[in-house]
Amino acid sequence: MSLFSMFGALEIGLIFSLVALGVFISFRLLRFPDLTVDGSFPLGGAVGALCISNGMDPFLATALAAFAGASAGVVTAILNVHLKIMDLLASILMMTALYSINLRIMGKPNIPLIMEPTVFTLLEPSWLIDYIARPVILIVVVLLAKLALDAYFSTRQGLAIRATGSNPRMARSQGINTGAMVILGMAISNGLVGLAGALFAQSQGGADISMGIGTIVIGLAAVIVGESILPSRRLFLLTLAVILGAIVYRFFIALALNSDFIGLQAQDLNLVTAVLVTLALVIPLLKQRFARGKRV
Amino acid sequence: MTTFTKKALLSLSALTLAMSASFGALAESVKSVAVTAIVEHPALDSVRDGVLATLNEAGYEEGKNLKWQYQSAQGNTGTAAQIARKFIGDQPDAIVAIATPSAQAAVAGTKRIPIIFSAVTDPVEGQLTPSWEASGTNVTGVSDVLELGKQMELIKQIVPEAKRVGMVYNPGEANSVAVVTALKKILADYNLTLVEAAAPRSVDVGSAARSLVGKVDVIYTNTDNNVVSAYEALVKVGNDMNIPLIASDTDSVKRGAIAALGVNYMDLGKQTGRIVLRILEGENPGDIKPQTSENIQLFVNLSAAEKQGVTLSQELIDSAAEIIR
Repeated sequence: MSLFSMFGALEIGLIFSLVALGVFISFRLLRFPDLTVDGSFPLGGAVGALCISNGMDPFLATALAAFAGASAGVVTAILNVHLKIMDLLASILMMTALYSINLRIMGKPNIPLIMEPTVFTLLEPSWLIDYIARPVILIVVVLLAKLALDAYFSTRQGLAIRATGSNPRMARSQGINTGAMVILGMAISNGLVGLAGALFAQSQGGADISMGIGTIVIGLAAVIVGESILPSRRLFLLTLAVILGAIVYRFFIALALNSDFIGLQAQDLNLVTAVLVTLALVIPLLKQRFARGKRV
Repeated sequence: MTTFTKKALLSLSALTLAMSASFGALAESVKSVAVTAIVEHPALDSVRDGVLATLNEAGYEEGKNLKWQYQSAQGNTGTAAQIARKFIGDQPDAIVAIATPSAQAAVAGTKRIPIIFSAVTDPVEGQLTPSWEASGTNVTGVSDVLELGKQMELIKQIVPEAKRVGMVYNPGEANSVAVVTALKKILADYNLTLVEAAAPRSVDVGSAARSLVGKVDVIYTNTDNNVVSAYEALVKVGNDMNIPLIASDTDSVKRGAIAALGVNYMDLGKQTGRIVLRILEGENPGDIKPQTSENIQLFVNLSAAEKQGVTLSQELIDSAAEIIR
């Protein structure tokens, strides 16, 4: 694997680690099976790309994209909390609606950003090669997001969100407004995903309506891979594990792309990725069994 | 975790070793061409095969003096981005990028390695090149844009009494939306109106076509990926309901359209391959003007015409490049 391809995997992995953090908040902390992500990722890309291509400051555009993502999360949560639609169905409805909404926002299926300024071109120091600079910038962004989440979920309000996820009845009896907490948690979750979408569009040359396909699958895989390579119950380590999971997943794809010399072909890519992820999940289990076997 | 990381690192380095060994074994004069496509379907695959055929004809042989790589993102733009990064990292002599998202990912990744796009309808709208002139950058290629006026004339020739043209397309595909926008501008000149039916997924093609029954006199389709993937669904509706089908790619005629005045994607690939050859021989991609297909062919399908209730004029049949019976 070349250095360039490794930095590419790192860059895309870091962007998707924001998605994974979002998915971690909804699926793990809130226990809300949220598929909105498949729509809020391209929504972030769409808003970001539209604003930038109309001459808006890329930083402001990226912030707006995160805000748009958060709004999508709020709508899903309201459908569930106030309109009593089952959580999974509410998110499917929102995801479906967002496809059309994203097309409306962009006005066409693809907005290129190849010749526009982006947060990356603005932040890149001239002495650093761009394909190294982008992951470096992203590491800072992802770490900031992680630390902010760690800090927030240790505050009173953050703990209330976690309590809502782990035991809503108990949380309500403690005087927590669980409905509001679900809405807030979903806003944070999808805000992160929208941010990721905007960053992805800026690093990959544009937003495309098809960029959301499979986002939830990748996010969930990252969460689970992360949990299996770094099992922990502490939030600080859990968020780190999720970020690592997203990056490892991307390295698996990069590996799969380089597997042509053993006779695998382009159409085997998804299969190879699935096998590698399965291995990552099974190895800790095998290790455990092996260790137990030795003791006897 | 640590042992796992070690294992992963070990297998990684083993892989890298194996790869570099295989590179090292090849001679100095080997040229490398890497092809990235957003998805696999007959037309896009034909482009890839066309490029390879041209390279083979020119004496480049896989495993001898050509290192040929092909990857498809299987519809996922994240994967497309990663394929672009992998190829750029491998530093091939040329990257062939098939369809808009794959081409954008490649162009966003490098300003140095020559990129030849193909099967992109509008490279200027997609910001692959600043204009239709020679770009001066590392990007050139072949567009599959069709002159829509000729398409409408074909419809008038086959179904002279047609007033309403139905079109099934994916509103999420840049190429298709570009065609619809352009069609709306010129349809009035041909005394036609447009009835749209959206097929956001390929499984929606059949129901989109059925929604047009009774509302249209003819169904025209562009090279929309969803529609081309599921063209048989359209053919079924056309045959059952006697609605003539006019396509834009010659492959669809073999699958049951009455006619298509279209790009032969194999030829498009060969045309792309000729640009690749010029670049392999040292020409600068920035000096080569982006091209459009030089080979537009008329294919007609006589049995489809019969099933869909149309009689083709002898004049039209005579002008066809290929007649399917």
